[in-house]
Amino acid sequence: MSAPTVAAKRGRILGSAAVTWLVFALALSAWELIALGADTVYFPRMTAILGTGADILLSGPAWRLMLGDAVFDIVLPSLATALGAWAFSAALGVALGTALGRSRWAMDYCGTLISFLRSVPPVTLMPAFMVMFGIGKQMEIAAIVFSTLWPIVLNTVDGVRSVDQVKIDTARSLGTPRRYWLGMIVLPAAMPKIFAGLRLSLSIAILLMVVAEIVGGSGIGLRISTTQSTVQYTEMWFWVLLLGALGYALNSALLAVERLVLGWQPAREDDA
Amino acid sequence: MSTMLEVSGLTHQYGQGERAHVAVRDLTFTIESGQLACIVGPSGCGKSTLLRCISGLIPATGGSVRLHGDEVSGVPDDLAVVFQDYSRSLFPWLTVAKNVEFPLRWQKVPKADRKRRAEEVLESVGLSGVGKKYPWQLSGGMQQRVSIARALVSRPALLLMDEPFASVDAQTRGELEDLTRRVQRELGSTILLVTHDIDESVYLADRVLVLSKSPAAIVADLDIALPADRDQITTRESEQFVSLRSEVARLLQSPQVQRTGEADTTDAAHAAGESGDAAGARTDAGSGAGSDRFTETHGTAESSDETATARS
Amino acid sequence: MRTFAKGLTGLLGFFLLWEIAVQAGVLPDYWVPPASEVATTFVTLLGQQEFLLAVIATLLAWLISLGVAIAVGVPAGLLLGSVPAVQSASRALIEFLRPIPAVALVPLVMVTIGSGPDAKITLAVYAAMWPILFNTIYAFGEIDPVLLDSARAAGANRRQSLTWVALPHAAPFIFTGVRVAASIALIAVISVEYIAASEIGLGRYILEGGMNNGHLDQVMAGTVLAGLAGWAINSALVGGGRKLFRWADTEERATR
Repeated sequence: MSAPTVAAKRGRILGSAAVTWLVFALALSAWELIALGADTVYFPRMTAILGTGADILLSGPAWRLMLGDAVFDIVLPSLATALGAWAFSAALGVALGTALGRSRWAMDYCGTLISFLRSVPPVTLMPAFMVMFGIGKQMEIAAIVFSTLWPIVLNTVDGVRSVDQVKIDTARSLGTPRRYWLGMIVLPAAMPKIFAGLRLSLSIAILLMVVAEIVGGSGIGLRISTTQSTVQYTEMWFWVLLLGALGYALNSALLAVERLVLGWQPAREDDA
Repeated sequence: MSTMLEVSGLTHQYGQGERAHVAVRDLTFTIESGQLACIVGPSGCGKSTLLRCISGLIPATGGSVRLHGDEVSGVPDDLAVVFQDYSRSLFPWLTVAKNVEFPLRWQKVPKADRKRRAEEVLESVGLSGVGKKYPWQLSGGMQQRVSIARALVSRPALLLMDEPFASVDAQTRGELEDLTRRVQRELGSTILLVTHDIDESVYLADRVLVLSKSPAAIVADLDIALPADRDQITTRESEQFVSLRSEVARLLQSPQVQRTGEADTTDAAHAAGESGDAAGARTDAGSGAGSDRFTETHGTAESSDETATARS
Repeated sequence: MRTFAKGLTGLLGFFLLWEIAVQAGVLPDYWVPPASEVATTFVTLLGQQEFLLAVIATLLAWLISLGVAIAVGVPAGLLLGSVPAVQSASRALIEFLRPIPAVALVPLVMVTIGSGPDAKITLAVYAAMWPILFNTIYAFGEIDPVLLDSARAAGANRRQSLTWVALPHAAPFIFTGVRVAASIALIAVISVEYIAASEIGLGRYILEGGMNNGHLDQVMAGTVLAGLAGWAINSALVGGGRKLFRWADTEERATR
């Protein structure tokens, strides 16, 4: 594909982005109208939800760009937990996956075990995590790491194993020394699959963040369960929708990083 | 003229015991330095195995390979290979320039020198100014030029080419053939090229080695006494060319070649079809491009499927 | 079969390591009970009718959720995948809804639907629908035009080429989506049972184990069962997919 076609494609994507957001706005308006007609506490109007959200997030002084206390006390700590644990999993998972994938026999023995561990619902392990780490950040981090690690490991193994034979022959015939092998050939070739695993595990990290916080009583998760029990449904809706927005933003950010790192890949029809 | 490559008694078999498959049996030949030699044989005759043994990518199970007198064990430093499938052989994560510089990295060439040499060699294959692009942004023919540039950049003593033009269209193929002859003469390099295309072998080579069906054995060693300056049109219509290509074609269809393949009748039939094809017309180029397209679409499907799944 | 034995060896090795670590005191036994104790509880539980009913309730909810997710996801994906305008219009909406974790919706669903079986089915459908939807969109969106052209050249009309060309082409991809969804649905059902304290189910059973003075053996036995069930379902679907779609090698590669 030549450069102009790519540019043309970009233009088309920008055009369709406008339509996309227009439909999004229409959906929000539809929500407003339906809620207005339904008139129930369980399903508040969109304007009410957004108003509550603005009050919560933008109640701070001007020098903090109006950001309210909730941003610093609730949103950012939650995000830091999720992202920190996810980053730890990423480093550990890629290292482990590379080691397992490079070994001729390790996956024969560990493959089943890892598939089993991945199938364990992390939520039901919460009692064990609470006993092990007490209630607090440590427990939340442990739960997130446990549930995000396996997809990264499995995708890395897959990526490391699927290095094309012709590329291996080429690299050998060009005299690539052994110690550069991993960095110059194996990891670049595995990178697309590693990123697929990273994106999958990022969404799991947010999920487990909420679970751990509901169980452990902190951050956004706590706000969701508190507002439910105190019948503040408008605020509860706000926090749930905020999770959607955060998930969307984080996924977009990771995609941007991926485009940067995998800029060498032939243009992909990426719809996100 | 000194001897560049000395292959003696080369044998390679896959597997052991009853399931063993002998791909190459007791091959002996030499290539003089500065020669452009072509090995032509029916497809599936073990040409690729032969090339992989010579390049040291796989150890031969018997016999020896000597490159300018040194026994080959492992890939020698001053040898380069151009593979058929450029889309799989070029590193997609490196730019064209970085791909070409790749072998120089391991030879402790200073960075500035690497850059300069990469530019020079890209220019000599007619690709100046594309260094910053990624391989997939180039056409198939241009990508194979990049592979050739990468193989030449370290000035290897011996350049091996494995069906290098089988995946490009007929016109590009002619251009690449002329390019290969030109750079070979400019740099005085020694090239051993493997092909199943009879016309190509005769047009390109100073010398053609004809292989039999698997297990490969040499049935003829022909000197190609065509003039050094060759032209896609006039050379190909010259009487000398036509008689040489007919001779090679006859050799490939001779009972001597076919007999060795008796063991596997379907394979033999396939080979006959193949060589008939090659003798008749260059239809192979088209089918090569077709299969290439298949791998490409398949590749996207795979990675996107992974993406799609990962979105869960 | 030999790979299966090796995999089993690895799994058993893990439980053995767990046992040794607890017995040797590397892992304190108030953290996690030894594997042998969990195994004993596991066997005892399998003999209890009450527990088996809970497991059946969970599996039933899982099956219904998966069925509904397929019934919703495939047609929706077909629509989105074959009509580009609809796809680009709904993109932001989908991308915004997808990252909302099903578990975060638990409080919401509890106040609107309650904590009965329909609550966990609703949430499991929500969680499991995405991979089916995305794989279906992908399968129909990326179909090689040459295939459709060949079908038309062979005299097939629009409907015939959908049934005989597009659907078989898409089937392996959709199946992969269903397989991923099956794992997600099971995890979702059990998680919702746990968080929403459903009336009955494996998740509820684990929750009780955790609350009753920390009966961690019950927690671990339930969790191990859930893990084994998820693993068995996934393996069965991988095997089934290989048999069903021998002509396609997507299943082999897209294993997660």
